Amino acid sequence: MSIRDKVAIIGMGCTRFGEHWDKGINDMLVEAAYEAYNDAGLSPGDVQAYWLGTCASGWAGISLSEPLKIQYKPVTRVENFCATGTDAFRNACYAVASGAYDIAMAIGVEKLKDSGYSGLVITPPPGDGTAPNYSAPAAFSLLAPAYFKKYGLDPETGKKVLARIAYKNHKNGALNPKAQFRQEVPLEKILKSPIVAAPLGVMDCSGVADGSAAAIIVRAEDAHKYRQDPIYVKALSVVCGPGHGAMHQDYDFTSIRETYYAGVDAYRQAGITNPRKEISMAEVHDCFTPTELVIYEDLGFSERGRAWQDVLDGVFDLDGELPVNPDGGLKSFGHPIGASGLRMLYEMYLQLRGQAGPRQINKPRLGLTHNLGGFPWESVCSVCIVGKEPG
Amino acid sequence: MVGITAFGAYIPFNRMERKRLAEAFGEPAPPGEKAVANYDEDSVTMAVEAARDCLTGIGPAALGGVFFATTTPPYREKLSATTIAAAIDAPDTIRTADYTSTLRAGTTALLAAVDTAKSGAGSVLVTAADCRLGAAKGQFEQIFGDGAASFVVGTENVLAEIEAACTVAGDVITQWRDAGDKYVRAWEDRFVTTRGYGAMVKKVLTILAGKQKIMPSEINKLVLYAPSLRYQAGTAMSMGFRQEQVQDGLFATVGLAGAAHAPLMLAAALEQAGPGERILMVGFGEGADAILFKVTENIKNFAPRLGVARSMASKKNTMNYLTYLRWKNMLDFEPPRRPDPDRPSAPAMWRNSAKNLAFYGSRCTKCGTPQIPAQRVCVHCRAFDEMTPYRFADINARIATYTIDHLTISQDPPTVFAVVDFEGGGRLLCEMTDCEPAKVEIGMEVEMTFRKLYQAGGIHNYYWKARPKR
Repeated sequence: MSIRDKVAIIGMGCTRFGEHWDKGINDMLVEAAYEAYNDAGLSPGDVQAYWLGTCASGWAGISLSEPLKIQYKPVTRVENFCATGTDAFRNACYAVASGAYDIAMAIGVEKLKDSGYSGLVITPPPGDGTAPNYSAPAAFSLLAPAYFKKYGLDPETGKKVLARIAYKNHKNGALNPKAQFRQEVPLEKILKSPIVAAPLGVMDCSGVADGSAAAIIVRAEDAHKYRQDPIYVKALSVVCGPGHGAMHQDYDFTSIRETYYAGVDAYRQAGITNPRKEISMAEVHDCFTPTELVIYEDLGFSERGRAWQDVLDGVFDLDGELPVNPDGGLKSFGHPIGASGLRMLYEMYLQLRGQAGPRQINKPRLGLTHNLGGFPWESVCSVCIVGKEPG
Repeated sequence: MVGITAFGAYIPFNRMERKRLAEAFGEPAPPGEKAVANYDEDSVTMAVEAARDCLTGIGPAALGGVFFATTTPPYREKLSATTIAAAIDAPDTIRTADYTSTLRAGTTALLAAVDTAKSGAGSVLVTAADCRLGAAKGQFEQIFGDGAASFVVGTENVLAEIEAACTVAGDVITQWRDAGDKYVRAWEDRFVTTRGYGAMVKKVLTILAGKQKIMPSEINKLVLYAPSLRYQAGTAMSMGFRQEQVQDGLFATVGLAGAAHAPLMLAAALEQAGPGERILMVGFGEGADAILFKVTENIKNFAPRLGVARSMASKKNTMNYLTYLRWKNMLDFEPPRRPDPDRPSAPAMWRNSAKNLAFYGSRCTKCGTPQIPAQRVCVHCRAFDEMTPYRFADINARIATYTIDHLTISQDPPTVFAVVDFEGGGRLLCEMTDCEPAKVEIGMEVEMTFRKLYQAGGIHNYYWKARPKR
């Protein structure tokens, strides 16, 4: 069973990501949705069903139907941590593939800059008060000392590897008009940024931004009715883990199992056996630099224990063997949670159609997007693979 | 025979040298250092730690009561002895009481425990802890310290028999805090010592000596609470005791630990005592309690524990006065730019009290894997409802990985979070305390300690943290 080549994207929209003090979620949703309608050459009335991804910026489908003035149609609100946007997309794809609808939209949005706090703030449900109150960078920084120790990296080398990941993503983001940060950041500045959760500095963390992105989905056989250059869905995987790593000593904090299993599932669906060779480019969840480091290994881009060397060798640079985060990643875009997955797909949509401007990768064939929500030891992971051609 | 069957103590890891106060204010300060409860410690957490020390190798199963003595209980309305009893995993069919509002609470609780044990209600754990505050730059700030001591009072395997006890009550205003006071107030020193402390202590000792027909020379150690070193020595001498009979008042090492002070001195005296020795304990506060102990042969078999001597030796004394002010909420710092925690849910705390307080997880009876929090489906073999309760509180662990979080809310950032792997299996991601962030490393040995995570909505939220092994 596979979703491979059953559905296609025929239009997308993406707002600029950043500190949108002057825009609420309604403004951003309208902006992304109308860009997608126009891109697909459709009227709002043509879309038959909607999936809205937002982690904490609104509740229920009416958060979308009201700003878009959707005329009494199905809207499902999706929340799945950082995989929210991709999961909204996945559900819209399944709805179209099933034949329940011919045209569906997946749209994600998040408004982070209204909270008054830097970083991501989510109010947890009432609890017994014992959940440790670590910050998000602290949770992911747990990967760093474990990885360094296991593979014999001294702290300086380890820190340099992490900085190199941030450097690459900012370098790519500098080329992207929709990014929150559009400047290269020198390695030295990254290395010397104030410590947030040792060994991570501020520059090891993704930005905090508002934004929205949308995709319109039809069945693959209908795609050419709408445009000559649609892109095709090859695989959709969402994996949730048992929280094993926080309770069981056999987890060593040098990988994220949900990423591994979502990758295995997606490669099976897409018929990929050698991801390093077959995947042309990837947008991965670089919430913090060590996350991106272990993703390389979990997704099979690098051998176990070799990702740090591949980073230093430039394998994942824009002109490298397997460009990762060509649009600048969460590092350059910030992470408006519900929107990020669709923002990643937007870059794949541009690249596969040769529309990525100065970031354009030479003749990409298959692109992978990856989101990770939660913590290294307990997470939800989505992997999506899209391609230029069916078959 | 009724008496003490076990004892233990807890002195906080952190100490402040009194010269920090001298530096801060440009005025002389007394010599030595004072024990300072960390910001995540209070009278309840210290009472639990002392009780755990006391119960080492004995366990709580045979207890018939838990009595808590303090002048700094976290609540005005809500018992703390029940929190302590739950944290040490005592049975729930026991008597629980808080003895509070007086510096004499420690000795009063001991006497109440004696009566309870005599009544046949079983042995009683008495745990005394205090963390009083003196206002900045004052004498009380200089001399107060934090600490706790704990005893089991029972009728079997008695280490120190209670030969006699005597109490006088006297309503004198010497030191006080009203319901809203953060800092201790006091009347003029001369009145306090002549008509308060001195008069009461002399009266209770005179009555006891007459009753028991005992001379000061027959006492091996006088455990005499006193508001200062000078008054301790003066009062003892005036009653016919020699200096070497007087148990060290811990003024230079711990400081005056309120209702826990005489209990701490008693624990220290018992650590040094031999069979046949007599210890006379005196507690003061709106009257005085005197208790005469005779040490038995069983003292030789009482296994050593952290106690006063070892917890006094295990310390870090580099804290500065600003840190002290921060820990004690004596200075308004700019709030962190993060939301305050919501108050914990009372139903969720109640439902999970075996975890929150006694620190139980579960162990799978199919595959043997310990896990915390307790699970219905095994994290290892996925067996369903095959779990048995498993307590992690006294199991040592090692750090698997860690982080130093500068962003999260804390009264003393940065906060160290560690993934700790317990001996025999099981893992927890938890906060660390009493540690040097720069010295934390993978593989470091840690032990669990009962702490206060935060206070919200007037609810004091206790749980367990890891600390480097003391």
